[in-house]
Amino acid sequence: MTMLGNFDFDVIRRALPYLFLEGMRFTLTLTALAAFGGLVFGTLIALMRLSSYKVLGRIAGFYVDFIRSLPLVLVIFWFYFLVPYIGQWVTGASRPITVGAFASSLITFIAFEAAYFSEIMRAGIQSISKGQPAAASALGLTYAQSMRYVVLPQAFRNMLPVLLTQTIVLFQDTSLVYVLSIPDFLGAASKVAQRDGRLVEMYLFAALVYFVVSCVASFGVRRLQSRIAIVR
Amino acid sequence: MGTGTYLDLLLSGLVVTVKVSVLAWIIALVSGSVIGVLRTLPSRTASWIGFCWVEFFRNMPLLVQLFLWFFVLPELLPRSAGLWLKQLPNAPFWTAAIGVGLFMSARVAVQLQAGITSLPRGQKQASTALGLTTVQTYRYVLLPMAFRIILPPLTSEFLNTIKNSAVAITIGLIELTGEARSMQEFSFQVFEAFTAATVLYLLLNFVVVTAMRFLERYVAIPGYITGK
Repeated sequence: MTMLGNFDFDVIRRALPYLFLEGMRFTLTLTALAAFGGLVFGTLIALMRLSSYKVLGRIAGFYVDFIRSLPLVLVIFWFYFLVPYIGQWVTGASRPITVGAFASSLITFIAFEAAYFSEIMRAGIQSISKGQPAAASALGLTYAQSMRYVVLPQAFRNMLPVLLTQTIVLFQDTSLVYVLSIPDFLGAASKVAQRDGRLVEMYLFAALVYFVVSCVASFGVRRLQSRIAIVR
Repeated sequence: MGTGTYLDLLLSGLVVTVKVSVLAWIIALVSGSVIGVLRTLPSRTASWIGFCWVEFFRNMPLLVQLFLWFFVLPELLPRSAGLWLKQLPNAPFWTAAIGVGLFMSARVAVQLQAGITSLPRGQKQASTALGLTTVQTYRYVLLPMAFRIILPPLTSEFLNTIKNSAVAITIGLIELTGEARSMQEFSFQVFEAFTAATVLYLLLNFVVVTAMRFLERYVAIPGYITGK
């Protein structure tokens, strides 16, 4: 036990403002926005998969299967390389545009998570009994209205625990932006660790923080789940 | 290595990915099964151990876990043991296999637990009535059924293991994603390098899915919709 003797708590204390105000803020913002974007696009993809237009279903199914067979690390590299070109194509610029680290990782995670969220939303939509959209259309609601007011709110509610669990996974997965040397929470911890030569302190502290946040969050999800379960 | 073509490099990366994934999967299956069984035993201690194991490995990012095994563990051990670990040839490979394996073991444990609890209670009671010990009950009655039931989710966990092995790039393991990345740095052929890696991952996925479908059909129990 050589190392624990000179475990330096002061290194952690001095790094706290940087770790949380910069690193954790990046991580949490990325998690929240990617979860929101992933949910929106995931729902659209789920609707495409379930639509009566076979072509739309094929395209959506292909996208989901494709993204889900690739490692997130590879997808991060892909988008980091592609996003400037996509930007050029969208804006019509003459050269690939420069995209910031945050925007690039946000686009990556939205595209990646949309595939996973779409599977959850698909299960949610399919869990609604057929009578509901049938009744909606009997009442004269259009497809959009029946989705907006009848099916999706219930699907979302039924799937809320699963969606939140996936968001916790996303929270952990955002640490992989490390491969682009972006200072998210882990990246910030790693920077301090290497600058001060204090790998043990910083990585143990980072592990503890991720552990506590994920534990508290999944405990909350479990409570929510039991509360929802009573209603049904 | 200098004389090989880029395809050779990618294929050697693929081999590393397969080796790490298979080793990690064996670790995940063995330890995950033990923990999964512990979680279903009536003993308080057993389920407490199972609970702690799963929460520990499930609530930290894989990347952080790999860092803990790779950078932190050797420092916490007695000096000689730490030095031995650091000087281990191929340390990133073994760290990745064990790290990814333990990370996945938590998921296997949860799946197996769900499989065992999904069995009708009568199975366990009948085994007890027949005079089977707890070990025999699990060995001959519960586990053969539970594993067949959870075969489809286990397939996707194996696919996750393969994908997760790419995280080992952060501790210096040059597997498939790593090879593509270093090709990109040497040749600036980013698009080609990543496309080739992507195709290889898709192929690997396809092979695993096909093999598992075959296995599912082979071990399917008549009357159960496990094989589909």
